[in-house]
Amino acid sequence: MSKSNLTRRGVLKTGAVAGAGVALPTIFTSSASAFTNDPGSASTVKFGFNVPQTGPYADEGMDELRAQELAVEHINGMGDGGMLNTFSSKALDGTGLLGKKVEFVTGDTQTKSDAARASAKSMIEKDGVIMINGGSSSGVAIAVQGLCQDAGIIFMAGLTHSNDTTGKDKKRNGFRHFFNAYMSGAALAPVLAKQYGKDRRAYHLTADYTWGWTQEESIAAATEALGWETVQKERTPFGVGDYSSYITPVLNSGADVLILNHYGRDMINSINQAVQFGLRDKMVNGKQFEIVVPLYSELMAEGAGEAIKGVYGSMNWNWQLTDEGTKAFVKSFGEKYGRPPSNSAQTCYVQTVLYADAVARAGSFNPCAVVEALEGFEFDGLGNGPTLYRADDHQCFKDVLVMKGKENPTNQFDILEIVDITPRAQVEYAPDHPMFAGGDLGECNPGA
Amino acid sequence: MFGLDKKDTTLLIVVTALVVLAPFILNPFPADSALAQFNAGYPDLMQRFVIFGIFAIGFNLLFGLTGYLSFGHAAFLGVGSYAAVWMFKLLSYNVVPAIVLAVIVAGLFSVLIGYVSLRRSGIYFSILTLAFAQMSYNLAYSVLTPITNGETGLQVYSNDPQILKGDGPDVTHLFGLEMGSAYTLDIGPWSFVFSAGYYFCAIFMLVAFYLAIRIFRSPFGLMLRAVKSNQQRMAYTGLNTRPYTLAAFVISGMYAGLAGGLMAAMDPLAGAERMQWTASGEVVLMTILGGAGTLIGPVLGAGFIKYFENIFSKINDSVLHQWFSFMPDGMEDFMVFIVHPFIGKGWHLTLGILFMLVVIFLPGGLVEGGQRIAAWLRGRGKKPAGGSGDPEHHPKPAPHVAE
Repeated sequence: MSKSNLTRRGVLKTGAVAGAGVALPTIFTSSASAFTNDPGSASTVKFGFNVPQTGPYADEGMDELRAQELAVEHINGMGDGGMLNTFSSKALDGTGLLGKKVEFVTGDTQTKSDAARASAKSMIEKDGVIMINGGSSSGVAIAVQGLCQDAGIIFMAGLTHSNDTTGKDKKRNGFRHFFNAYMSGAALAPVLAKQYGKDRRAYHLTADYTWGWTQEESIAAATEALGWETVQKERTPFGVGDYSSYITPVLNSGADVLILNHYGRDMINSINQAVQFGLRDKMVNGKQFEIVVPLYSELMAEGAGEAIKGVYGSMNWNWQLTDEGTKAFVKSFGEKYGRPPSNSAQTCYVQTVLYADAVARAGSFNPCAVVEALEGFEFDGLGNGPTLYRADDHQCFKDVLVMKGKENPTNQFDILEIVDITPRAQVEYAPDHPMFAGGDLGECNPGA
Repeated sequence: MFGLDKKDTTLLIVVTALVVLAPFILNPFPADSALAQFNAGYPDLMQRFVIFGIFAIGFNLLFGLTGYLSFGHAAFLGVGSYAAVWMFKLLSYNVVPAIVLAVIVAGLFSVLIGYVSLRRSGIYFSILTLAFAQMSYNLAYSVLTPITNGETGLQVYSNDPQILKGDGPDVTHLFGLEMGSAYTLDIGPWSFVFSAGYYFCAIFMLVAFYLAIRIFRSPFGLMLRAVKSNQQRMAYTGLNTRPYTLAAFVISGMYAGLAGGLMAAMDPLAGAERMQWTASGEVVLMTILGGAGTLIGPVLGAGFIKYFENIFSKINDSVLHQWFSFMPDGMEDFMVFIVHPFIGKGWHLTLGILFMLVVIFLPGGLVEGGQRIAAWLRGRGKKPAGGSGDPEHHPKPAPHVAE
């Protein structure tokens, strides 16, 4: 046991030293910066990669993380430079960012708005990141985007497909490279009309939450404009395992196309069960019954297996594209990880590069300068062809891919094929389009 | 002091000291060292520690005292959050009406659920509460979207009415004191953050803790403990226990509502996930991990779990490589390979293993661990005098509930 000798003098001495120690630092307290987490004269600058590492979208999250790590390597001049070599802007020279080495921290969103915000907050408050990127769900993206706006950080969204992200929930500090539900509808509808005819009757099964609704609204509007009739829109609870009670009514509804507005595990379950019910072998109204999945991802397609053969859907990007940017990216990703990148990986890589490039062009880490550099920015060579970051809503406009499940896949990565590359002009819309109305970008917030 | 006996007063003073000095205690490592990864002294996490502390204290009032295991407590937390955010949307960003309404709404909601669920006990009660909570979650996620904003979570928009806002701040505040404001104190390489929001929550936590002590020590608390030890016997003596259990349930629900309101006050967004069964399970884990039926246990458990969730999930491979960079190459890769499954996405695994160890070796939770260490230290001090102190192997006395 310890034995203490308390003397009056000892106590006074310690007290004086402690008092001085507490008073001293106020001299050194740094003056307020112009913006949140200003790296100042530090030799490094930190990015925050906030992706789902656990939960239903963990696979997508891991792939995003791979791509983000690769992007940081390329910005710091390691590896082969990937898409930096094909990028139309040459502001990044592989020596880091404004003379600082880029570092990153990672976090787990768990695909929950709360956890994602907690993780993002810890990145901002503890690690001092200046930009947050990643995510695999619209709910999370919108939640984190709001947080970044309040904190004075730039948010470069990952995979988020709901119209709301750049619609009613858009924020000045948030940017989305990924395409959205409206674009899916606009790209898919003409292909569907060509393949299946203009007098189809569609039945919607929709995941019952915000993303599902905007998806359903967009697809229904686009197909109806081409002459299809919407028989029924049925909402299914999120995460329900058994869809049989939703699929049986489809058989008797007189519909001849089933549109599955589901994502992730929900989509894998619903399409598998629809196929097991023999929907695709049926003839209705004298036509072959068809299934459509508006939003595809490689990982979902892998999970659904046989069921997706011949099923149409849309994607933001696919590794099978043949432009120079895609080739460079697939090469450096493949060499490092031994697999082709998914479309969520590509969007995160591109977002990280675009942010770094904007900083380099603006010559400043100040979020307001970065916002200015990104707004209305036109670029090429990042895998999606000529792309515009529209200033009105911070949405990227680029070509959209229409995909089909491959009939004879040769290996586990070769399960989807590109049917059509819908040109950008066809998926553009006015910023005040009713599906996107009601939001306000607000002012850029540099924080501190 | 405050009507507490000496032992409880000491406990309250210790807890107060820990809470007030938390910014120092939780940031033991210099900001630029490799160990800074383990610092937990940033506002968001400290706020979470005390908020979930409140939540767990409240849960323990029900579970620890009456033995009724509610598996749906997150529903009250979620309802409290929604109520608070609605106050922000309708009135202003001032946190006082938000927190008051959060507690009231959670209280009313728990009367409703408690009234139905408490007709059963044991596992049936647990299942009923679980069912109600899942129901609330699913309602919030889809059907009630106009009120809850579904998956996205309820947020405040610039076009909301906010009738009392005037030209007040655009962030949550207490009569002008912004919750997000913080003062950073740099001492050498250390940096300590004092956040207004944290101290605001901390005050609530101390009050909640004090109330919990008073309830534990009151005749009402004694009655609840009697319910736990033998409810049937109480019924046979002609005593109706339901009003007592319902009161405990409602108090506990109001604690959860307070926690929910504070969460919204720190960060004005309420997501449906807050009500999910995993969130309800988490508070059960917190309480058991810390020590059910003890006063300080749930707070420790809450801190422990939140620490793992926020600190371990952020360690990634490149951080590991930094740590082991002093080793030769092959050795370094090997160490990273060994540690890899336990960090980043593996934080659940680490937490699960620790939880198992605690439950197996310290059935009384972290509190029992503390008691054993204290006993060992005392025993070591006494050793020269009287050997092991218990040569006849007397059974240990039952631990005092407050320890």
